Amino acid sequence: MIGLVIVSHSAKLAAGVHELAAQMAGGQVAIGQAGGLSDDGETLGTDASRILSAIDEVWCDDGVLLLMDLGSAVMSAEMALEMLPEHRRKNCLLSNAPLVEGAIVAALHASLGEPLQAVNAVAEAALSVPKLAGAG
Amino acid sequence: MAQEITTKQLRKWLLAYAARIIENEGHLTELDTAIGDADHGVNMRRGMGKLQERLHDEGQSEDVSAFLRSVAMTLINGVGGAAGPLYGTFFLRAATSPTNGSSIDLEQLTQMFRYGLDGLQQRGKAQADDKTMIDTIQPAVEAMEAALAAHQSAAVVLAAARQAAHLGMKHTIEIEARKGRASYLGPHSIGHQDPGATSAYFLFETAAEVFTTTGAD
Ligand SMILES: Nc1ncnc2c1ncn2[C@@H]1O[C@H](COP(=O)(O)OP(=O)(O)O)[C@@H](O)[C@H]1O
Ligand SMILES: [Mg+2]
Repeated sequence: MIGLVIVSHSAKLAAGVHELAAQMAGGQVAIGQAGGLSDDGETLGTDASRILSAIDEVWCDDGVLLLMDLGSAVMSAEMALEMLPEHRRKNCLLSNAPLVEGAIVAALHASLGEPLQAVNAVAEAALSVPKLAGAG
Repeated sequence: MAQEITTKQLRKWLLAYAARIIENEGHLTELDTAIGDADHGVNMRRGMGKLQERLHDEGQSEDVSAFLRSVAMTLINGVGGAAGPLYGTFFLRAATSPTNGSSIDLEQLTQMFRYGLDGLQQRGKAQADDKTMIDTIQPAVEAMEAALAAHQSAAVVLAAARQAAHLGMKHTIEIEARKGRASYLGPHSIGHQDPGATSAYFLFETAAEVFTTTGAD
């Protein structure tokens, strides 16, 4: 079963998304968080080494899917992947999914035992699901 | 500067850079307040504080690449905003450029900046005129390369870099942001100087000061 990592500038946002996603996964999926800066949970920002430790925590050979909030979270996540050893890097994927919807959908599908690419595909598809009836 | 730039001088440069950023924290935050989330000064000051600690640590390697790598790691862990992975990548990539072990010559210094710039562009995917730190660093590196090709002295090469960096920084006032948080403002970002372009200018300002005045160490 794949693991997930939630990357956010805010520790609180990461914790909240974690809470929502974990509920969908019925406690079966390893979900890591890398929110805020490592030295102080109250400081907004992202830190590649914090992301790296979150990947380590949830590591499983089936792979790890990372979901990010804004722009520089993506850059930090890319850096974290570059710091991973080669055999792990190829089993990690950065998702283009929206953070909240993506994390919930990914947690659900991960808990069904789906492989990394498939979980990411449904999470990314959440981008095009309209929120309002009649919209989109 | 027929002589080489040693790791000690690189350290002196980055200490001067850290001090300059800390002096300008308020200014950088003010710029980021206009077109961002008002944290560039705070982010950079936090990173520079860590960098100062790191650079004052005795018993570090005198190897240029190892030195640049440790600078990069400090910035990645310490800065926080977009500037963290960007400056981190800049120095991480700079650390892979050719050296003479514990020193570099003027050509290698220029290459070091070129490697850093290329890394920065791969990381942030920004082009010239996107209103980012690239608008300072790219013209500065190009000016160094041109001056070097014309066999100019170190003083001239570094002065050219500083001047091009300054023009690039000022040019960001006139353009619309297409990368980073400021891009959410679209045309409203015009008329404001980019904070990252400003912090990047100080790299070249302090380089021109430090590398052309020291001979003794
Ligand atoms: N994709 C990018 N490429 C190059 N530079 C960028 C990019 N995104 C942002 N920047 C630079 O980062 C600066 C903002 O840094 P900072 O305030 O520390 O980060 P954040 O935007 O996360 O708050 C901008 O002024 C810009 O120069
Ligand atoms: Mg900012």
